[in-house]
Amino acid sequence: MSATAVHSLWTMAGGVTSAAPAEKFKAPVIEYAQLTPVLIVIGVAVVGVLVEAFVPRRARYYTQVFLTVVALAAAFAAVIGLAAGGYGTTKAHIAAMGAIAIDGPTLFLQGTILLTSLVAVFTFAERRLDPAAHGNHVDSFAAQAASVPGSDSEKAAVRAGFTTTEVFPLVLFSVAGMLVFPAANDLLTLFVALEVFSLPLYLLCAVARRKRLMSQEAAVKYFLLGAFSSAFLLFGIALLYGYAGSVSYATIANVVDGSVTRIDPALADTMGNDALLLIGGAMILTGLLFKVGAVPFHMWTPDVYQGAPTPVTGFMAAATKVAAFGALLRLLYVVLPGLAWDWRPVMWAVAIVTMLGGAIVAITQTDIKRLLAYSSIAHAGFILAGVIATTPDGISSVLFYLGAYSFVTVGAFAVVTLVRDAGGEATHLSKWAGLGRRSPLVAAVFAVFLLAFAGIPLTSGFSGKFAVFKAAADGGAGGLVVVGVISSAIAAFFYIRVIVLMFFSEPKADGPTVAVPSPLTMTTIGVGVAVTLVLGLAPQYFLDLASQAGVFVR
Amino acid sequence: MENLIALLVAAPLLGAAVLLCGGRRLDRAGHWVGTLLAAASFVIGVVLFLDMLGKGAEDRALHQKLFSWIPVEGFQADVAFQLDQLSMTFVLLITGVGTLIHIYSIGYMAHDERRRRFFGYLNLFLAAMLILVIADNYLLLYVGWEGVGLASYLLIGFWQHKPSAATAAKKAFLVNRVGDMGLSIAIMLMFTTFGTFAFGPVLGATGQTSEGKLTAIGLMLLLAACGKSAQVPLQSWLGDAMEGPTPVSALIHAATMVTAGVYLIVRSGAIFNAAPDAQLAVVVVGAVTLLFGAIVGCAKDDIKKALAGSTMSQIGYMILAAGLGPIGYVFAIMHLVTHGFFKAGLFLGAGSVMHGMNDEVDMRKFGGLRTYMPVTFITFGLGYLAIIGFPGLSGFFSKDKIIEAAFAKGGAEGWILGSVALLGAAITAFYMTRVMLLTFFGEKRWQPDAQGNEPHPHESPKSMTIPMIILAFGSVFAGGLFSIGDRFLNWLEPVTGHSHGHAPVSAATVTAATMVVLVIGVAIAWAMYGRKPVPVVAPRGSLLTRAARRDLLQDDFNHVVLVRGGEHLTRSLVYVDHTLVDGVVNGTAASMGGLSGRLRKLQNGYARSYAVSMFGGTAVVIAATLLMRAV
Repeated sequence: MSATAVHSLWTMAGGVTSAAPAEKFKAPVIEYAQLTPVLIVIGVAVVGVLVEAFVPRRARYYTQVFLTVVALAAAFAAVIGLAAGGYGTTKAHIAAMGAIAIDGPTLFLQGTILLTSLVAVFTFAERRLDPAAHGNHVDSFAAQAASVPGSDSEKAAVRAGFTTTEVFPLVLFSVAGMLVFPAANDLLTLFVALEVFSLPLYLLCAVARRKRLMSQEAAVKYFLLGAFSSAFLLFGIALLYGYAGSVSYATIANVVDGSVTRIDPALADTMGNDALLLIGGAMILTGLLFKVGAVPFHMWTPDVYQGAPTPVTGFMAAATKVAAFGALLRLLYVVLPGLAWDWRPVMWAVAIVTMLGGAIVAITQTDIKRLLAYSSIAHAGFILAGVIATTPDGISSVLFYLGAYSFVTVGAFAVVTLVRDAGGEATHLSKWAGLGRRSPLVAAVFAVFLLAFAGIPLTSGFSGKFAVFKAAADGGAGGLVVVGVISSAIAAFFYIRVIVLMFFSEPKADGPTVAVPSPLTMTTIGVGVAVTLVLGLAPQYFLDLASQAGVFVR
Repeated sequence: MENLIALLVAAPLLGAAVLLCGGRRLDRAGHWVGTLLAAASFVIGVVLFLDMLGKGAEDRALHQKLFSWIPVEGFQADVAFQLDQLSMTFVLLITGVGTLIHIYSIGYMAHDERRRRFFGYLNLFLAAMLILVIADNYLLLYVGWEGVGLASYLLIGFWQHKPSAATAAKKAFLVNRVGDMGLSIAIMLMFTTFGTFAFGPVLGATGQTSEGKLTAIGLMLLLAACGKSAQVPLQSWLGDAMEGPTPVSALIHAATMVTAGVYLIVRSGAIFNAAPDAQLAVVVVGAVTLLFGAIVGCAKDDIKKALAGSTMSQIGYMILAAGLGPIGYVFAIMHLVTHGFFKAGLFLGAGSVMHGMNDEVDMRKFGGLRTYMPVTFITFGLGYLAIIGFPGLSGFFSKDKIIEAAFAKGGAEGWILGSVALLGAAITAFYMTRVMLLTFFGEKRWQPDAQGNEPHPHESPKSMTIPMIILAFGSVFAGGLFSIGDRFLNWLEPVTGHSHGHAPVSAATVTAATMVVLVIGVAIAWAMYGRKPVPVVAPRGSLLTRAARRDLLQDDFNHVVLVRGGEHLTRSLVYVDHTLVDGVVNGTAASMGGLSGRLRKLQNGYARSYAVSMFGGTAVVIAATLLMRAV
């Protein structure tokens, strides 16, 4: 089977092909209707900024929460509308002058990101977990992000009852970037989307109400390393442009295939130079692997997950992963399939060290948030195994896995916000001892999430893992599956250890209490459990959906 | 008519469900529910029997398929019933004797507060036993086989507050597991050999199968039969099973369940006919058990254990007959049915005696009871005459036929088996006369017990005596009814086949010899227990007597060989588990933990070293990609 024929398994010809150099200037054609999900989110985010400027402080919280929820719900409705209109299947095409691909994976991932964000935003809005300060309800975010931790200005801000309601527009900006990221159909759009969703995340990491220094440290680290990885990505883009004379995915793919041989005179020295292609492709991969948290680009993950406010961690862990894997899939399946023989061995190695590294280092973790961070690294490895399959099943299994995993993650971090002592969230594992005795319901819910992470049957974790491993095995990556199963066994140890700790250890006298949340967090956790069980018990409908959606437009 | 077959099972099954799930509400009426449903099953059995009699011998077999149980490609198991003459015989015996014993239990268990549960278990037993005998395939038979094992376990341990009863139940269950393994292995062998479990295809295909495979299947079936029918070497549980209430001993451990092994062998006749080695093993087991049980029965002072030894011995006769092949199949079943009558009657009589004697079981503390319990005495006496083979009574006809068949086997084998059977008849006469004399004749020897309660022997209530009387009728007349005009032979022959063998001596000679040994046995018993007073405390006795009192050292043998050996094996396995297996497992875990601790140190919190890691990773990725292209 030639590279082109393999390629045609998971891509199809789109309505607009590569933009041939225009003879004369044409007005850009933008299909606004098909971009509505992104436009709604970004529009409301801008409105949110205006709200911060003009709405009285007391009304801002409610206004922002309302706007954010409505925006995300409306955007999700728009995604459903597009999918119902056939844009995921028959009408899939390249929109916005070749910048955005509207196809099955795009819509599936956008829907997943929007639903996950919607559920996660409820935990942002939660104001009942911490005791009220000076008669004001407080949420997880600093009273005034700009004030120095422990300073008088901070105390004054707390007394005045300030809250950082800017987090809501920030989340919306970030979501907008994530929506574009897996849909990006040229390298520049990819980069812009990356920055659009990353910058708000750096900020969000820094605004924790408790343990502010740690939060700020995490934000700085995240920003530094994120900027570093963006540099790799950008350099890779430059090299690929030098190789193909274009940043459009389709054109690069055609040049790689050899179906386009026309040399741009301005780039006559570099075009067609395979070294540029390989180095550039590897650097772009590096940038994306940083975002998904694959070893050895994972080191920011534990520190940032631990330091960021827990609602942000949940949002980031779920939604970022979905967006980044979406972009990775499109890059590998649309742009670089012709290079599969080159990138597959490297990705094999990355997947193996990611699975094993995440699972092994998680064994000795003592902080629940760091534990979940390493768990997310191991899961990135499992998803990579599906990515490497390079079959249509590989795409759909990864889509399904992302959907299943993101809800478990958001739910698990939402539970972490509930277990508190005098210093805020009690994240040290020793404090979770005997939780099942005192709060059986919360502990049982967390146990469900842990079992889903571990991939125990009847949970979504099992369906997802089964799907990616099966795709990987069918795609000739049987060795990866063996490593994956071994890593799952290692990972099961630390998941089960937490369950044992919660249910079979004596509670500590000075142990944490479980805060009674408002219906907001309850909704988050409830949806998390429901999705986990539904995808575990009756996954077939969603597997079919993912399989239908698993065709990229080219 | 076919549709009635399932009702046979459904009635007692419904009873078990209602009684066991119904709760305390049913305490007052539960025993009537159980008895009526058992009787209903009997009535259905009789209707089916009359219908069957009205048909020609060749189209008597009925078949009913209820549903496909395990419909898998290449593995078909149905819940389907087959009612032929052999099954019909068992159905009538099980439901008939079963109903009588239900009635008897109403009186016997009147003062037990868990009577409802008792009747529930009895109904469960009936349902399972009926499934066993009317199943049309080995897999469903296995369901019934396990079902009766469960019911037996529950009923032996019914008085679970007595540690001895709980232990006995456990023992019966464990020993039976060994036999059950035999049956399950036999079924697996059948599946691999024939590709099916149904009686028809399996038994019809024995001609095209290698003898080795058939021998293996036959030996496994024999192992199963040994377990369920308490044959050597799996006999040790039956004596202890007498810890259960006496009606249980009568129904399950004398008349019906313990004969399931005989049914299994006769039903699988085609396999044994084609596997002479397995058949030889069957007759050896039968002959050995016949003597084993009889010798144990001679030494026991516990009336129920003496009868248990006798049961073992009589089933040995049946197994012996079944091992003779077509010469003996019919007589095995005939003895099984007559034995069902007289042994159930004897047990019910024993229960009646215990009922009147404050649950005393030691025969040395009975004596002279004939005047206190005339009905019990007469019915027990008729059962006694039947079992020793008094001319004209049931046992005379059926046992005589087996002895004749043993001789008819021919050759040295025939002589040995015939002599063993004759010797067994003599010993039977001895121990049964001993039981009779110790219990009903001589001086009264009972004394006040430790609390000073002196027993007041009295006749049992009607609900107990009437079943005994009915069974006594069976003990007296069944044999004649079956044998005169070869009625039973003609009835069963279409199913089991029959041949006459080559008798080296005439039937009359055998009968005469049987009469002689019978008289000798009775005479010796009379000399030992009738002429002189019986000591209340058992004398020390000869070595054989002492060994027989300990069940011929069966438990000691099992303990030394199996229990000790098992313990040694377990200990060495535990040692291997602790050192080797745990060592590997814990070692892996520890090394993972150590690795984790070392890798963790890489995560040092400095953004600069994280950046180095990313840079190095990128460099490696690029280098590897280029290298891939280069090679």
